[in-house]
Amino acid sequence: MSRIVRPYGDTTGDGMVQVSFTLPLAHDKRAEGAAAQLAAKMGLDNAIVVHAKAIGAEHTFFIVYGAARHLVDLDRVEVVERDYPLLSPKAVDDLVKERLGRELCIVGACIGTDAHTVGIDAILNIKGVAGEKGLEYYRELRVINLGAQVAVPDLVNRAIDETADAVLVSQVVTQRDAHLHNTREMAAAFREALPPDKRPLLVVGGPRFDERAAAELGVDRVFSRGTTPGDVASYLVHRLIAHDTGRPAADAQQRGETTA
Amino acid sequence: MTAAPLLSLAPDLVARARRLAAEAGRPVVDMARSHTTVSVERATLRLAGLTGADPDGIPWVNRLVDAVAEQTGIEHGVAAPVFHALARGEHPDLTRLAHACAAGGVRFELPSGEALKTARGLARAAVGEGLDRIDAQRRGRAEMVAEVGDPPQRPWIYLIVATGDIYEDMPQAQAAARAGADVIAVIRSTGQSLLDYVPEGATREGFAGTYATGENFRLMRAALDETSRELGRYVRLCNYASGLCMPEIAALAGMNRLDMMLNDCMYGILFRDINPIRTFVDQRFSRQIHAKAGIVINTGEDNYLTTADAVEAAHTVTVSQLLNEYFAHEAGLEDDLLGLGHAFEIDPDLPDSFRLELAHALLARQLFPDAPLKWMPPTKHMTGDVFRGNLLDGFFNLAGVMTGQSILLVGMMTEAVVTPWLSDRDIALQNVRYVLTAASGLTEDFRPPPGGFIAERANQVLGEAVDLLERISDDGLLNAIAEGTFGIMRRPADGGRGLGGVAERADDYFNPASEALDKDEETDR
Repeated sequence: MSRIVRPYGDTTGDGMVQVSFTLPLAHDKRAEGAAAQLAAKMGLDNAIVVHAKAIGAEHTFFIVYGAARHLVDLDRVEVVERDYPLLSPKAVDDLVKERLGRELCIVGACIGTDAHTVGIDAILNIKGVAGEKGLEYYRELRVINLGAQVAVPDLVNRAIDETADAVLVSQVVTQRDAHLHNTREMAAAFREALPPDKRPLLVVGGPRFDERAAAELGVDRVFSRGTTPGDVASYLVHRLIAHDTGRPAADAQQRGETTA
Repeated sequence: MTAAPLLSLAPDLVARARRLAAEAGRPVVDMARSHTTVSVERATLRLAGLTGADPDGIPWVNRLVDAVAEQTGIEHGVAAPVFHALARGEHPDLTRLAHACAAGGVRFELPSGEALKTARGLARAAVGEGLDRIDAQRRGRAEMVAEVGDPPQRPWIYLIVATGDIYEDMPQAQAAARAGADVIAVIRSTGQSLLDYVPEGATREGFAGTYATGENFRLMRAALDETSRELGRYVRLCNYASGLCMPEIAALAGMNRLDMMLNDCMYGILFRDINPIRTFVDQRFSRQIHAKAGIVINTGEDNYLTTADAVEAAHTVTVSQLLNEYFAHEAGLEDDLLGLGHAFEIDPDLPDSFRLELAHALLARQLFPDAPLKWMPPTKHMTGDVFRGNLLDGFFNLAGVMTGQSILLVGMMTEAVVTPWLSDRDIALQNVRYVLTAASGLTEDFRPPPGGFIAERANQVLGEAVDLLERISDDGLLNAIAEGTFGIMRRPADGGRGLGGVAERADDYFNPASEALDKDEETDR
């Protein structure tokens, strides 16, 4: 199989893509020419400006089709692959019970000024998301959802009081990179407050995070768009309980599923 | 404008729902009438003309109320001790009194006898000026609407502006109005709801929104007045009277002619973890101000559906609308100022999701035929698939038109992706215009048959709402909130932010603003 791909319109290898953008120009012939020039510079061959529409007197919106001349080399694609087995809620509960012998404690919050609890609620609330129940549903997980606009020191104190095994932080607002600043602040505060062996696992999530940025942000894991409660629960168990070998978790998954 | 009935709802069930809402709400109103808060007291001083802030940006109203709270407590109201101090003649006005008080040089005490009479007289006169300013702004709005006219169509088109910088917001709002917006909402900076003071002056720094301040209100209203004249229709301005400073923001809105304010009876409790008692006390005062100012309130029922399931929790929206209606009527707001909220948030993958949306939207329309209902676009099921999002927004617009909604918040296909780009807004308005042009008369033809899917569903939701109201009026509303009945969040009455700023009114409680507003309400009845 070829390790090189191009975008697909209706024929293999045609490279066709569609882009839309606005230029700060009044709508006229020159503006359309400007759009075509931009498309060419973006790497589109034979670009066609299929739509141009004035927005007010000083802006024009364009839709452009063209063939991307860039090639994608699959061998050089970098992603964070899921490096832990996906477990059912029952398998998670069984593992926690057998290996930990107590409830696994998770403290969750939206920190800083972020008031959007939709992310943390989707992961934690029993209601869950995408047909999966949230972590509150797991019998062996003790979940404390602090909700919105939690100050970092409050989060740290609560995590210490509860001897949390993991701290989950959700960040939706990204204006002026608030999500990155808040995450770094949180990670630093935990480093400050606790020695490495006492520090809970730090997990952040939000639709605009880069999953590769964990080390740079000072956290253990970053989850991005499309993460479900099952992903998070499986990761926590993998890291906190089954991380020494990795194999027991996979066995437990099969056991959990056959007895479920 | 009374909407014609399109559904056959059981009339006894409707009457029963209203009666139960009143039963559930009455103890809360009694509580609101017998308490005051630091924000109510600060709003009173704002009406009396006190503005400005100390060099650290703490408003003088906060400095003054904090000082009185420390010396005499707020349970008697701050007006008597403050105006008694002023009557001693050592300080020429409230501002200078506040300066002196911040320097620690003012002793506050509760006057009695003649001194009390004098203090009360001064307080009534000063607060009366603020209330007169609100009356004048209300007349000003009526004159301007008479001069330039209302939008030619319903629903009114409601667009959000949010740059963080008031001087960026103004041209953006004007551009949005030229592009078709009838209502401009300036979203607030994230986190303002939890500030226990109102920032001062024109502001250029905000996160995901612009601070609500008196000066920002004034600037934006002036910009929209200019655009209203240019366009030949009155462009309304909306902001948020919610959070810890509801009463003060309402007062500032009234004095600066805002036209709509988000003001929900439970939003702050559920979504901002503000203490329930603080919220209900602040809310009553702010609604009295809104009633006086002729400001349309927008309630926040859409928010429940972002956390709970829009089908399972449909009846909680109806219950909240009925409670919001009861509290609003009690505070003197007439039906034409009740922008009760609801939203298009059903999972689009669910079979018949659009029919369910129509049923819910019609139920609200029919329960509140004279209220300018606010119809909120999908957010929860908006994904990065902007093409699907645009389709969903089209169906949202269609549902709004078919069911005669009054204020339509324009949905953006890039919801959940980016804060709207110029082109997103243009595409969204194009979507609205297409639906309005193609189908705005459809309410005339749309008559869901009795016993059909839509009528049955509407009656089912109403029935579930009545069941829930029964439970709430048995348990008490505060207990229901504590138990997580709304939006799944549990909020006990002794928890949450801002409880420290609440006090039970003493027998000699005096507040010239409350006194005048309560009187207004009685004469209206």
